[in-house]
Amino acid sequence: MSRAAIDGIVRPKGARNKVLRVLLFFILGLFVLYYLLPLFVMVSTSLKSLDEIRGGSLLSLPRNPNFDAWGKAWQSACVGVRCNGLRPYMWNSVAMVVPAVLISTTLGALNGYALTKWRFRGADTIFALMLFGAFIPFQVVLLPMARTLGLMGLAGSVTGLIFVHTVYGLAFTTLYFRNFFIGVSDGIVQAAKIDGAGFFRIFFHVMLPMAPPAIVVTVIWQFTQIWNDFLFGIAFTVGDSNPVTVALNNIVNTSTGVKEYNVDMAAAILAALPTLLVYIIAGKYFVRGLAAGALKG
Amino acid sequence: MPTRRRPAQWIEPHLPKLVVSPLFAASLFFVYGFIAWTLYISFTRSAVLPSYEFAGLIQYERLWDTPRWYVAIANLFIFSSLFMAGCTVIGILLAILLDQRIRIEGTIRAIYLYPMALSFIVTGTAWKWILNPGLGLEHVIRGWGFENFRFDWLVNPDMAIYTVVIAGVWQSSGYVMALFLAGLRSVDDEILKAAAIDGAGPIRTYYSIILPMVRPVFLSAFIILAHLAIKSFDLVMALTGGGPGYATDMPATFMYSFAFQRSELGEAAASAVMMLVTVIAIIVPYLYSELRRTGR
Repeated sequence: MSRAAIDGIVRPKGARNKVLRVLLFFILGLFVLYYLLPLFVMVSTSLKSLDEIRGGSLLSLPRNPNFDAWGKAWQSACVGVRCNGLRPYMWNSVAMVVPAVLISTTLGALNGYALTKWRFRGADTIFALMLFGAFIPFQVVLLPMARTLGLMGLAGSVTGLIFVHTVYGLAFTTLYFRNFFIGVSDGIVQAAKIDGAGFFRIFFHVMLPMAPPAIVVTVIWQFTQIWNDFLFGIAFTVGDSNPVTVALNNIVNTSTGVKEYNVDMAAAILAALPTLLVYIIAGKYFVRGLAAGALKG
Repeated sequence: MPTRRRPAQWIEPHLPKLVVSPLFAASLFFVYGFIAWTLYISFTRSAVLPSYEFAGLIQYERLWDTPRWYVAIANLFIFSSLFMAGCTVIGILLAILLDQRIRIEGTIRAIYLYPMALSFIVTGTAWKWILNPGLGLEHVIRGWGFENFRFDWLVNPDMAIYTVVIAGVWQSSGYVMALFLAGLRSVDDEILKAAAIDGAGPIRTYYSIILPMVRPVFLSAFIILAHLAIKSFDLVMALTGGGPGYATDMPATFMYSFAFQRSELGEAAASAVMMLVTVIAIIVPYLYSELRRTGR
């Protein structure tokens, strides 16, 4: 009994275990279908004509696959009253996400380094207080931030969004770099200090060369978060400066005219493509960000 | 040369603090200062424009007199309990199944987890189409011969909140799977063998030995999911827009609507403060214990 039971957990054998094994793959397969179904429906709908959508089934493959809906979503779908497609808003998102990710990651790296390798009195308290910023429901800062952006002359601009994402991204980037640098031996820093290296020299020549894993995880995580953001986008931008998530929502919820489901789906895929590609290329690092997010949420 | 180095030497010992201070100051201002501002506004009669005259709890009385707020609270309760339960059950099940030494585990795991890379707006758009009463799932199942099948939850005020649960669970259950899988992997193989030698079957081993050992994962998952649920805004906006009517309103959409569409700043601020208080009640004890555990 005991021998068989050990194998039952560690290495299945025997007829009963074969059945269990089949059941196991069956259930796993069902869930693979469950997670892939919406993606399949999106892609296949985006390749169909409107007539085929109205006449056919949600789950059927497109009969004459074509990219007409994609072209329309990209350059001529109507977002509110403007009919330039998703393209200008994609560029807004790119113009927002690149500086916001670079600035928040750089500052987070410096901050995490200073808080762990140059520990001064109050460093832990400062970290704890800053960390709290990663958890607040952003509704609680929307109203004052809207007024502050107005006072700064950044209301309704992509620059304003860069600023907001940098400020509220700092808590996570600091958290991630702090947790990374805390694992780096203090001896290395001490040795560099004895050699006469200063704060920035140690940062650029000792710490950063060790940090690529942390940098990759932080950049990917920040990119995904900021690209996918909707709340700040809808609260702080208007019309021309909307990021792509807001534009997508406007396309889908435009109530005038014929509802073009294929264009909606093509637009949704276009908006999802950058983060999806990052996930496919660098999924491993994305998952590490999620694990760190276990603390952040 | 020495004249140029002197100011640098003078400044060098202060550099760490000089780097941290502005960032810390920004955090104090944009997090704590802004919270204080919102808190204060919630004690005034602010409507379209902020007023700074203290008016006591009037906005909280108004908030708790607003039927729409009760809808939002009830929805938050329904959504968060089902969302958390759904994600946890699916997450644990998939983690245990994936823990059985599957050859293509990496691929399957990647498929389970990809929704986390998507924006909630994309997820909402996709599910809005799948759940479309005319052309979506209802149409498919009618096509299979069930002529009277009805699935109109998306436009049914009593059921619409459950569509948000469906899409939310689809998006986040893979994340919970990943959390639990990492937890299961940290359990020592020797313990599994010992349990097997004692004659415990696989189900009993998981139920009474392994799952209790990964208790911290339950806590993390609970915190993350509760946090996601309270903040859920994007998904509701994309899937139902808070409708039909305001049937799927949640505190986050309520706050947005009162702040930016109805210009009731005071009441919006009061609802934001209620959200913050809820999050603090969940997060702060957790953060405190985490920091004590990981701090030096």
